[in-house]
Amino acid sequence: MSVATEPPRMIDITPGSADMRRRERRRRLVRGGVVALCLLYLTFLLLAPLVGIVLSAFAKGLPMVVETFKTPNVQHAFLLTFQIAVVTLVVTTLLGAVTAWVLVRHRFVGRRVMNALVELPLAMSPVTVGLACVLLFGRGGWFEQWFTARGIQIMWALPSMTLVTIFICIPFIIRSVAPVLEELGTEEEDAARTLGASTMQTLFRVILPNIRWGLFYGIALTTARAIGEIGAVLLVSGTLKGKTETATIYILYAFEERLDTQGYIVALTLATISVVMLGVIEISKRRKIREVMG
Amino acid sequence: MTTNAAIRVQNLTKRFGSFVAVDDVSFDAAEGKITALLGPSGSGKSTVLRMIAGLETPTAGRIWIEDDETTYKSVQERRVGFVFQHYALFRHMTVAQNVAFGLAVRKESKVDQAKRVDELLNLVQLVPFADRYPDQLSGGQRQRVALARALAPRPRVLLLDEPFGALDARVRQDLRHWLDDLHRELGVTSLFVTHDQDEALELAHEVVVMHEGRIQQIGTPTQVYNEPETAFVAGFIGSANVLHGRVASGHVRVGEHLVPGADHLEEGSEARAFVRPHDVHLSAPEGDREAVEARIDRISTLGWLSRVMLRLGDGQVLVAELPNDDLIDLNVGSTVSVDLRRAKAFETTETSEPVGAPSA
Repeated sequence: MSVATEPPRMIDITPGSADMRRRERRRRLVRGGVVALCLLYLTFLLLAPLVGIVLSAFAKGLPMVVETFKTPNVQHAFLLTFQIAVVTLVVTTLLGAVTAWVLVRHRFVGRRVMNALVELPLAMSPVTVGLACVLLFGRGGWFEQWFTARGIQIMWALPSMTLVTIFICIPFIIRSVAPVLEELGTEEEDAARTLGASTMQTLFRVILPNIRWGLFYGIALTTARAIGEIGAVLLVSGTLKGKTETATIYILYAFEERLDTQGYIVALTLATISVVMLGVIEISKRRKIREVMG
Repeated sequence: MTTNAAIRVQNLTKRFGSFVAVDDVSFDAAEGKITALLGPSGSGKSTVLRMIAGLETPTAGRIWIEDDETTYKSVQERRVGFVFQHYALFRHMTVAQNVAFGLAVRKESKVDQAKRVDELLNLVQLVPFADRYPDQLSGGQRQRVALARALAPRPRVLLLDEPFGALDARVRQDLRHWLDDLHRELGVTSLFVTHDQDEALELAHEVVVMHEGRIQQIGTPTQVYNEPETAFVAGFIGSANVLHGRVASGHVRVGEHLVPGADHLEEGSEARAFVRPHDVHLSAPEGDREAVEARIDRISTLGWLSRVMLRLGDGQVLVAELPNDDLIDLNVGSTVSVDLRRAKAFETTETSEPVGAPSA
């Protein structure tokens, strides 16, 4: 008994043959389908809300926009957000750059632990961060008495709000500078020193110019995050209207108070800043990659 | 101390944890000369160079540069020029800015800087490339920029760490000759690290051979080649046959043959005799009593000379290299008399295994 096997059909692989054209068509169809799916997904999840915010912000016309920006509470909210962001940037940039340098250049006990710990804020919920801050500085907290005795108000004020924002933003500078430093290696630093450059000269003339895009990338990420943070800040702010209300907190309460349009206008302003930051991030990311590639 | 030592290193030791990278190293680098630190990788030669520059801190020992003790001085105070294997050019600066760096950090006037940069770019023949960035240059050009940059602040000595190591063979050869010319012109004391014996023998006035953190021998290229003091040097520099045997009345007994040159070795100890292929002389079987007999296994030509593979009575292989004209009457399978009088014998107890022995 024999099993009749059909000989496999030969596929004509000469370019432009009917077989090849059919394959090409099928391939194109699949590829087109995937692209369409991604576009649809991004449109609904990203673009639609953005368009919605723009439309809602201008729903009551331009005068309403001007009016909103004139409101003392709104102005104060932006000022607060700005203050927190600036302090956070200065602190995380300076300490972050130094920490990155230490992590990359030095070998010490606990380096790996520290390396992992640096990313803790990324993994933790901001609310937890806020809660921890309350535990430390709030009523009956470990450090509360020390500060209260000296008349320094930490909780429910700018210091605690800045503190939690800094904590949350710690990883960004470190994580964007460390790989660039790693790639840079120590030879250029050594070369600068043999040529007579002091530590400061080496830092400003050799290291900083080489890591500037990595640093810029980290600064952009930090800014975006500092401006957008709400969870932790909300918890430690005490939400005193016109006092400890940041832009994001303002938006949250605008809806409760039926000030929807004002809420949208502030939201749009924050979104605009984010988009600008996104542009900066994109540009610096490309330069940073070039930096790393040498 | 003598005044003609531009660099003096005394009892220099460097430990990394329990690992001894440099072990009690002392030598002088003569003023205006080129000295080579030669050794296989991991021999500690680069660490010695980096300690002289101040880039590593010695565990023990002292360093002088031009009669000025620099052991505890900062890198900047030492005023040495350093050329790195991978150039270490500042990638965000142009060629001219790179060369000017050492002058700029010393706050020299712009006019002086420009003048000196011009002078050096002329010297390294890179004037047309002044405004290029390092990544727009070839390896050889980059290394010339690195050299110009190191020379710009008029260093007291020039230290070069495997300066040709990252270049391909052809560029390497060119750059070597070029560096030799440059040195003749400038006369700056130079100390360079290399694992390439040809480079050391060709370029250096004096060679310091290192192995496993220790100095094996210091001498002129001719001395280290012709009069190796240790088995390591005999095996590392140039190619050599290694014959194993036992010392018997000033000779190394290889099988039933006696190889001379072991007068300094203890009777009965294990020894190795090193003999260079071109020092092996072949002649007709009868004659000299000290001659060793061997059978010809193979003859291959290397162009103007031939390589003859011989097998001694006890099975050890010996390679001889001789001009083609001397090949007459030599045939595969025939027996010849081998003259090994130029062999150097060393005790086998040494831990250092030679590398670079010819492959059979």
